[in-house]
Amino acid sequence: MSENLSYSAKSEVANLIKRRTRLERLKIALSKAPISAWFGMIVLFIYFFAAIFAPLIAPHGEAEIFPVAYAPWGDGHIFGTDQIGRDIFSRIIYAARNTIGICLLATFIALGIGTVFGIIAALDRRYLDQLLSRIVDTLMAIPVMIFTFILLSVFGPTNFNLIVILGILESTRFFRISRSVAVGQVVLEYVEVARLRGENLSYIIFREILPNIASPLIIEFGLRFIFIIFTISSLSFLGIGIQPPSADWASMVRENAILIQYAQYDITAGLTPLIPAAAIALLCVSINFVVDWYLYITSGLKDDVK
Amino acid sequence: MLRLSLGLVTVFAFSVIIFSTFSFLPGDFATEILGQSATKSAVKALRAELGLDKPPVTRYFDWLGNVFQGDFGSSFSGRSKVQGDQGDRSREVVGLIVPRLKNTLFLTGVAAMLAIPLSLILGISAALYRNSYYDRSATGVSLVTVSSPEFFTAYIFILLLATLFPVFPTISNVDEASTLAERFYRTALPVFTLTLITMGHMMRMTRSAIINILSSEYIEMAKLSGASRYEVIVKHALPNAWAPISQVIAINLAYMLIGSVVVEYVFNYQGIGRLMVGSVYNRDLPVVQACALIFASTYVILNLIADLIGIISNPRLLYPK
Amino acid sequence: MTLNKSKELLLEMKNIHIDGFSDERWHKILKGVDLTLHRGEILGLIGESGAGKSTMGKAAMGYTQPGCKIIKGEINFNGIDLAKLTEFEKRKIWGTKISYVAQSAAASFNPAHRLMEQTISAANRLKINPTDVLKKDAVQLYESLQLPDAENIGDRYPHQVSGGQLQRIMTAMAMSPRPELIIFDEPTTALDVTTQVEVLSAMRSIVDKFNTAAIYITHDLAVVAQMADRIKVLRYGEEVEEAETRDMLSNPKEEYTKSLWSVRSLIKPEETNEDYMLSIKNIDAAYGSSKVLHNVSIDIPKGKTVAIVGESGSGKSTTARVITGLLPQLKGEIIFDGKKLSPKLEQRSKEELRRIQIIFQMPDTAMNPRQTVDEIIGRPIEFYQGIKGKEREAKVIELLKMIELDETFLDRLPSELSGGQKQRICIARALAANPDLIICDEVTSALDQIVQEGILKLLQKLQKELGVTYIFITHDIATVKAISDEIVVMYQGEVVEQGLKSKILNPPYPDYTELLLSSVPEMDPDWLTNLLNKRSS
Repeated sequence: MSENLSYSAKSEVANLIKRRTRLERLKIALSKAPISAWFGMIVLFIYFFAAIFAPLIAPHGEAEIFPVAYAPWGDGHIFGTDQIGRDIFSRIIYAARNTIGICLLATFIALGIGTVFGIIAALDRRYLDQLLSRIVDTLMAIPVMIFTFILLSVFGPTNFNLIVILGILESTRFFRISRSVAVGQVVLEYVEVARLRGENLSYIIFREILPNIASPLIIEFGLRFIFIIFTISSLSFLGIGIQPPSADWASMVRENAILIQYAQYDITAGLTPLIPAAAIALLCVSINFVVDWYLYITSGLKDDVK
Repeated sequence: MLRLSLGLVTVFAFSVIIFSTFSFLPGDFATEILGQSATKSAVKALRAELGLDKPPVTRYFDWLGNVFQGDFGSSFSGRSKVQGDQGDRSREVVGLIVPRLKNTLFLTGVAAMLAIPLSLILGISAALYRNSYYDRSATGVSLVTVSSPEFFTAYIFILLLATLFPVFPTISNVDEASTLAERFYRTALPVFTLTLITMGHMMRMTRSAIINILSSEYIEMAKLSGASRYEVIVKHALPNAWAPISQVIAINLAYMLIGSVVVEYVFNYQGIGRLMVGSVYNRDLPVVQACALIFASTYVILNLIADLIGIISNPRLLYPK
Repeated sequence: MTLNKSKELLLEMKNIHIDGFSDERWHKILKGVDLTLHRGEILGLIGESGAGKSTMGKAAMGYTQPGCKIIKGEINFNGIDLAKLTEFEKRKIWGTKISYVAQSAAASFNPAHRLMEQTISAANRLKINPTDVLKKDAVQLYESLQLPDAENIGDRYPHQVSGGQLQRIMTAMAMSPRPELIIFDEPTTALDVTTQVEVLSAMRSIVDKFNTAAIYITHDLAVVAQMADRIKVLRYGEEVEEAETRDMLSNPKEEYTKSLWSVRSLIKPEETNEDYMLSIKNIDAAYGSSKVLHNVSIDIPKGKTVAIVGESGSGKSTTARVITGLLPQLKGEIIFDGKKLSPKLEQRSKEELRRIQIIFQMPDTAMNPRQTVDEIIGRPIEFYQGIKGKEREAKVIELLKMIELDETFLDRLPSELSGGQKQRICIARALAANPDLIICDEVTSALDQIVQEGILKLLQKLQKELGVTYIFITHDIATVKAISDEIVVMYQGEVVEQGLKSKILNPPYPDYTELLLSSVPEMDPDWLTNLLNKRSS
């Protein structure tokens, strides 16, 4: 062991694991990604592709009405037509754009509001923290679905109201999580070092803390996105969410639900209302798969190797 | 105690919010009820009768005082639009709500009795046989169920068990006269739906709570002191698991309650969720207020119970230093 | 400690190879280590972090942590190869024939059960003695471990007793089934020195009493010297050397072994100065409603090093927080270079902030894990001096050279540095502000011995070159001897005494200083015995 006689700071690397660049890490992570994660990523890609290029992909217009209502599958309409003769396949594609767009907007609003206030509360830890936390506790104690339902019935069920209301209500979750993660970071010395240097609040929030709490926030973003899809879909299904003529999956389920009774005579008729519902489920499953995988990578919680 | 008062404050705050948001409603209820053609004096008379001419704060406290006495006011719908009609057919909100509430409690109660034991067994066993094929398939299936909206699950049940194989009815209409067996039969599909949608969450949460405990240092220590697998689980893991598990149950019951709104709508089940949705369509203010308040308070109470169990089962709090 | 113990072989581990899995790849933790242990013998296993000593200790039970596996090797315990047994068979040995005492007693007790129940659970499984006999025995064990209120302490829950007491109860738990071998895995590392002495003596006496064989794992050579008959030194998963304790201490063969206590050879001639860089006068401070500093006054001479010593809870780190302004004082004042400093951080000028810098104990948490070395050191340069771009990078490289690193480190993240390198980067960040006073808060205590020495030397060199003043907060007396000019002793939020190093470290002592100094283990196998004799007389 005599080769380690002379001590030097530069060569103090014996315990050091070889460096890996971020790109290498990404490659390793992707190469080890389970099938479920690949499945999720591919499906998500297809959804976003469909949402962005809806007018190019859809064979017919979103609100284009054909003479035959409840037309059967095939025959110019892949999934038939709905109760007033609109092409269901086209509407499913347009709905991807509406549902995903609205839900994504609401989630981003929630993320923005919640995270900034959450970190501020974590940094303050005094009256402001108390005040914000109490407000959030109260808001969180009320079921979001019911609350949104009431507010929409009061302010009118427009898409704008829907996005704003859900964005604000859901920001409470981001507040909670960013506050609790940030509280753990704020007590760490590197934040104290920045404060002792005299850095201002926005530098500390955006340059010091935010990069270190990104992982839990990304995970929460995925989960909240699913939750918002669920909430908006439930509301639309009850007739108070996304408003016609915008196509949206949940409303399509409700509009075509009656067809299910003819399943004995024509199984495709029975399946028609289930297709948009399945579209929601598939989207959420895919997000869940990707979130699970991301959680697995970032938590470092590797399963037992034996 | 602190939590209890916080819960009360929450319900109180929500009642203020509900009440005040309805004051922002465009238009005037009196006009709406009587129709555009009503005379000014008729509108004024109705406003006075409904108390709409009083300042909002007074109205709020009048309303709150009545709520405490179990009086949610009377429903707007059914009120006669004809001026001078003596036969007022509007119904007391309480009379409207109580039977519906019973129906909803029946539905969620039965679903809970199915979902809780099933998901606990599935969750705990999945955690114990972690990474086995059983665990993987159970968590995989549960992922699909938690990713499916309530109406998707509901319509699949309808498609399979009501139309293709007509075992159960599509519409779950029950009334006072229905026998218990009849109730079970008619509510089978909504119960299955509610059970399935909560089971996924409950099972996954139970699983992760148990895994969390199993990875703690005192479990490694117990293994190193030679405890058998059975002993590790029953003596070391379980006493620490009650708190998280009961929290999981309470959270999911609250979740089930909200899910019941959609499920009742699908099956046209005369529960409180269905009533609330219908009343929004009819702009029946007092009924919506009452329903929302009931949902919110039940939700708050369930979460409160979860917190309390968490406190009670923690020896740190039971036996202070 | 008797040397004439039996020569009957109890445990023989041959050519142990263990691999661990982390960061998506396998790497070697142990590379073929042998170990023999006789009945009634205590073997000290010593090494720095990453040496594989803890893995070796657990392997002696046939246990590996999740994520590790035994590649090859034999573990013969009483003639049975533990490596070949099934989990079920091993469980009959664990807890009864071999028991384990963990480092963090607080996390290793089940929070839901009373202590007595946990103490006797392993012995209960043997079904030799009825429960009430075991309970009586446990109370006797508690007594011989000098636990207070031995009759009733077992009725408490883990959170109701102190860390030192828990560690002793865990020893009682290990001893309860009268095992043939106990593995002590860093049992006193988390304790204060004065508590450590009590726990050490209790453990030693009980192991002696029942003539139990033990493997004692630690990174502290002075501690192991008190416990072990033989010492084995590990490094990077390989054996460095093994010898009888006395031989090892008097005549270590390998350079590496010598370097393990080299920090203690570092000496600094003391100097003082009547010109004060900082004076704090009659400071009171509190966290919420609990008051932690009582009337603290300390003077820091310019260009010199003042060490503040004390155990946890003495208020030494709080004093640092008050000086920096992170915790405004309730009463008293801080004079910095002749001018009064505002208690509140927000009210101090940028210039005042620049002149006082702090270096923390844990370099891991003191650096933003998402920033590169260039960003970490460059930010204060840019912030205080407004230097940007190429010029800034040149300054950063200059600083890196000053701390004996070079420009190849510029784009590294903290996770890509070793512990000593991280602490050097923190020093460079403090220097980047060009400060007059640096507060060093336990800067070496998280580091291995050999790295500690390097850091201390660097700090001394920088003081000579730059004339910077240090406040050195530590609980480690060896470090104090190595670096300070003056010493301040603190206890429970009060200053016990302040003075030149030679004055404080030599008699006559105030009571507390005496207790503190005498509790620091020395490299003498008879130190604990002598100390206990002296204290009891």
